[in-house]
Amino acid sequence: MEFRDAWSIARKDLRIELRSRVLTNQIAPFTLLIVVLFGFALDADTQTLRDTGPGLFWVAVLLIALLAIQRAVQIEDADAARERTLLTPVSPSSVFLGKSIALFIQLVALEVLLFFVMLALFNLSVGNPLLICLSALVATIGVATSGTLYGVITAGVGVRETLLPILLLPVLAPIAIGATRAFGDAFDRVDADGWAWLGLLAVFAVVYTVLGMFAYGQLVEDT
Amino acid sequence: MKIKFMAIKETQNNTTSSRITRFLGSCLVLGVPALILFAFVFSPKDDTMEDAVRLLYIHVPVAIFSYIAFGITAIGSIFYLWKRSRWWDTTAHASAEIGVMFCALTLITGSIWGRPTWNTWWEWGDVRLVTTLVMFLMFIGYLALRQVPASPEVRAKRAAIVGIIGTINIPIVNRSVEWWENSTLHQQSSLTDGNLEDLTLFTWFLGTLIIGIAYLWLLIHRFRVGWLATEYEAQGYGVAIEERQAEARAHNTETSGHLEEGEVE
Amino acid sequence: MIDLREAVVLLGQFPALTGVTLKVSQGEIVTVRGPNGAGKSTLLRLCAGLLPIREGFATVLGQNLGENRRIIRSNIGLLGHMSGLYEDLTAEENVAFWGSMVRATNHEVREAIKFMGLNGRLSDVLVRQLSAGQRRRTSFAALIVQRPSLWLLDEPHAALDGEGRALVDGLIEDAAKSGATILSVSHAPIEPDGRIRRVVTLAGGRIIGDTANGGNSDGIS
Repeated sequence: MEFRDAWSIARKDLRIELRSRVLTNQIAPFTLLIVVLFGFALDADTQTLRDTGPGLFWVAVLLIALLAIQRAVQIEDADAARERTLLTPVSPSSVFLGKSIALFIQLVALEVLLFFVMLALFNLSVGNPLLICLSALVATIGVATSGTLYGVITAGVGVRETLLPILLLPVLAPIAIGATRAFGDAFDRVDADGWAWLGLLAVFAVVYTVLGMFAYGQLVEDT
Repeated sequence: MKIKFMAIKETQNNTTSSRITRFLGSCLVLGVPALILFAFVFSPKDDTMEDAVRLLYIHVPVAIFSYIAFGITAIGSIFYLWKRSRWWDTTAHASAEIGVMFCALTLITGSIWGRPTWNTWWEWGDVRLVTTLVMFLMFIGYLALRQVPASPEVRAKRAAIVGIIGTINIPIVNRSVEWWENSTLHQQSSLTDGNLEDLTLFTWFLGTLIIGIAYLWLLIHRFRVGWLATEYEAQGYGVAIEERQAEARAHNTETSGHLEEGEVE
Repeated sequence: MIDLREAVVLLGQFPALTGVTLKVSQGEIVTVRGPNGAGKSTLLRLCAGLLPIREGFATVLGQNLGENRRIIRSNIGLLGHMSGLYEDLTAEENVAFWGSMVRATNHEVREAIKFMGLNGRLSDVLVRQLSAGQRRRTSFAALIVQRPSLWLLDEPHAALDGEGRALVDGLIEDAAKSGATILSVSHAPIEPDGRIRRVVTLAGGRIIGDTANGGNSDGIS
């Protein structure tokens, strides 16, 4: 495993995203759309929106993550680049890390956008900015690593678009619960120990980073 | 264990039954009516749960065996990745299918039981409820992955990794749900407090035994179906090779010029 | 270099190769021919260590593929119908990326781009805007930076113009001279200097003709 390779791969993915503008022209507007839909669904009741804000934020992030993961898989599938990577000395764990880093950076960018939009539209006030930042970063590491892992499990499968959500979303249940609680604490909406939840998110992130680095090599074979 | 599973290979009579499954099946034919009698007629009402307690004679055993079934799937997945044997892969698949069925039964019976007892069909704050639901959804995904067309080795490898990750994820889900609401409506095991009547205890053990036998019986049958399916897939192999080699011979005897210059594939 | 004995390869349930026996020594240039669906591409992918061997023996670059087919991979240059180009990167960025994956220097990357005639304006054009022939040149440039010891080329001339074909033929000659082995699926034998190369004919997943063994080469005089 070499970090230099991982970084080359991450930089390549990010450059492709900047060029193709799928992130800015499609996924980002979709993010805004989700927020607006929540507003419609919850009847423009600001109090309800404020109370459910942390949960809505993470539901939106998981939906966006699904799109970003599909996109990351598709980049490698289009011209058999994943197979081409097998014919280089780069280790699969480097590829896994690189793809995860790129996904992480994209998701963080979208989360920042989503965060400020929700802050304005839902009239939320931040009680603990440090907890918000840390829990968002750690939860996103978990989403990016598990997403990259499940992305390659569904790669090369005809029904990828539908298979990925049913495989990945149940696995992300701890993130949905943990990150929502941590945010709830940071927004002073619920009485929860946000720092303990941050610990759980960290465990999830570590488990999936380690699993991914071991399993990725197995999964890219013969696909 | 391994030999008994594959007894079918010796008999070769196009059935998935053998002496052991017929024995287990006969036990069920006698045991299920007995369980119904004990659960609904002989055993007494509970002081607090009244007649609803009778549902627990099914609910608790299927819950236990759904967890055991997923545990076997995880073990089968680990051994598959280690030994690369079709035997372990088929075992993991068979056990997961039965586990999902038992898990569905657990959720349904639990929900019906919860209505009169807890006065709700579903309780989000309950650790076991939510963990079981997430586990159920995870293994539905596992079965969906197994249905995707792929070469047997690729399919088995991906399924094994998903099976292992799913199992690793269960304690994390459990922990997160526990912290989430930090409550459970489930009572501590009432078996240990010694207040149970003998007949209740007996019915509960009978239920566990019967569901255990049912699990084993289904597992062996499902394993053999899975084994025959892969056997059938592999059977075409020899024929396909012959056909293709004949293609080569036919091509060889034809005069050349069959291949045009610049032919593009 | 390559030593296959009765190699059987399955694609799913389909036996793509039904017992291939083929020996290729170092520095040789071998052309593989055969009708559609003969198993030519599968043969290349087997030699690249990308497919598991079901029966028989396969040794490539001194490594038994039945035991470990990962070791040889970084010494293989495979040019398939798909060759791992990213549409939203420029030709130069693609070559540079694959160069960085194989530890090529910036100088080597620039040389490869220049060799394939992609320098100047073309190097800054996105691959999605390139013509089929220009893409092929980009794929070749990404292959050159890898300096493989075994070249597996699936219709290397496809989509290339006369100049491109000459470039590729020269490249193959040079590679062979410097000790690399070339196995190339093609419908035209590579004969830049008028010499007829060894031609192997494949049908039904088997070798049915080999000019090295005095067999027919299927219509090539």
